[in-house]
Amino acid sequence: MRLYLVYFALTNLRHRWFMEHGSAFRGQLGADMRRMFFGVLLAVATVAPAAADEIKTGGKLLLTGGVSSIEGSGGGGLATWATTTGYATEEGVGGNVHGTYVTLPDFELRSWGAAVGVFDRVELSYARQSFDTQDAGAALGLGQGFTFNQDIWGVKVVVIGDAVYDQDRLLPQIAVGAQHKRNDRGAIIAAVGGEDDTGTDYYVAATKLLLDRSLLLNGTVRMTKANQGGLLGFGGPNGSDYSAQFEGSVAWLATKRLAIGAEYRSKPSNLGFAREDDWMDLFAAYALNKNLSVTAAWVSLGDIATFRDQSGFYISLQAGF
Amino acid sequence: MTVKRYLPFASAVLLTTVSAVAFASEPWSMPGEEAIEPYTPSAANAGAQPFAGDQMFQAFGGQAGVARIVTDLLDRSFADARISDIFKGHDRVRLQRVLVEQFCFLLGGPCAYSGRDMATAHKDMGVQPGDMNALVENLQLAMEEEGIPFQTQNRFLAKLAPMKRDIVDK
Repeated sequence: MRLYLVYFALTNLRHRWFMEHGSAFRGQLGADMRRMFFGVLLAVATVAPAAADEIKTGGKLLLTGGVSSIEGSGGGGLATWATTTGYATEEGVGGNVHGTYVTLPDFELRSWGAAVGVFDRVELSYARQSFDTQDAGAALGLGQGFTFNQDIWGVKVVVIGDAVYDQDRLLPQIAVGAQHKRNDRGAIIAAVGGEDDTGTDYYVAATKLLLDRSLLLNGTVRMTKANQGGLLGFGGPNGSDYSAQFEGSVAWLATKRLAIGAEYRSKPSNLGFAREDDWMDLFAAYALNKNLSVTAAWVSLGDIATFRDQSGFYISLQAGF
Repeated sequence: MTVKRYLPFASAVLLTTVSAVAFASEPWSMPGEEAIEPYTPSAANAGAQPFAGDQMFQAFGGQAGVARIVTDLLDRSFADARISDIFKGHDRVRLQRVLVEQFCFLLGGPCAYSGRDMATAHKDMGVQPGDMNALVENLQLAMEEEGIPFQTQNRFLAKLAPMKRDIVDK
């Protein structure tokens, strides 16, 4: 039954996506990403029913799949981790949907998406971000409530290591991944000096659970051109090449259900009209059970599009298996 | 005077006799347990180095606490639909004894582990990663029941975790 639901959800997602964005993908890279994404989805969807007794769901320990990051990949709030999303072990398939809301003094950021973890090895994710400029939109001459939307397609592959069980080794769990981002406001991005409205981030993430200290550490190096994560496009007068950026997370496991921690994420500052700052947050993630978790955070996103000190509240709900 | 003089010698003899008796009933065929293939007992079979000192052992409630945790762990695991098939047909008397020994030994308690190494003990059981996690969940519940603080639980789990490599898919 659960397998059927996975199949149904994936088919539905694909159908829905084609209905909404069928012709939106442009460029070879996008086509490749899309082919790869749906190729793996299709493989999962066809293999899953055929091997019904082999595929299991929900074998991981509570919270060890992480939560859904703002870009849809499994991780913390602002950072992507090397763990695969969902609760499936290497015998099965897990997945989840998330909705995230960030309220800032002058803006609002919303994200929703879905992700699947396959055999605890591969993660595929989709997120749609909406960056609502609210009153700032009017002040910037864009119009009240002008909203940038961005689709993010993610693929992550675990290369080596077991973050949870390798407690006698220093080797972390390491994953490599890509996030292909497509912003729907190309004209405005060009007008503010952004070079492109699409871009692909590549990253290497390392996650280690220090169980004897109840600490989880993550470090990720991301090659990116993205301005404000891509919400303001990619590249600009101050930088048009990929630069290596770092994102780090520390989480303390307070109880079986509750992790509290902090994150830091460095960013390039490619645009000329406004300086871009690094991001940081303090978060608490609470798992009600293996199907539902809530993450609340205080985020400090610095200056965004000339508006100073954008610090605010982040709340994210995640449902899955 | 004479008694005092011979006391060390007498205790030595007594100790030797006790250990001889212990070895006489070999750990692979203990009374009340089903006999298994003979093996060489060794502290290395416990699969990890014990904690230094006995603080961890005390935090787990000593011998009585460890025994309750193992009993609870086995109660839960034999009744757990996810993994009961693995436990079904296993000698629970022996399992209880060797697990108490192993936990007590690893926690820094005054115990010797007389069981087999993890790879041999789990050979051909077909334990899958999810089964291992289910067992860990049951152990967490058993430790919670005993009132072991979460961070102390994790210190112990950190000792056991690497054994996954010898337990799963063997």
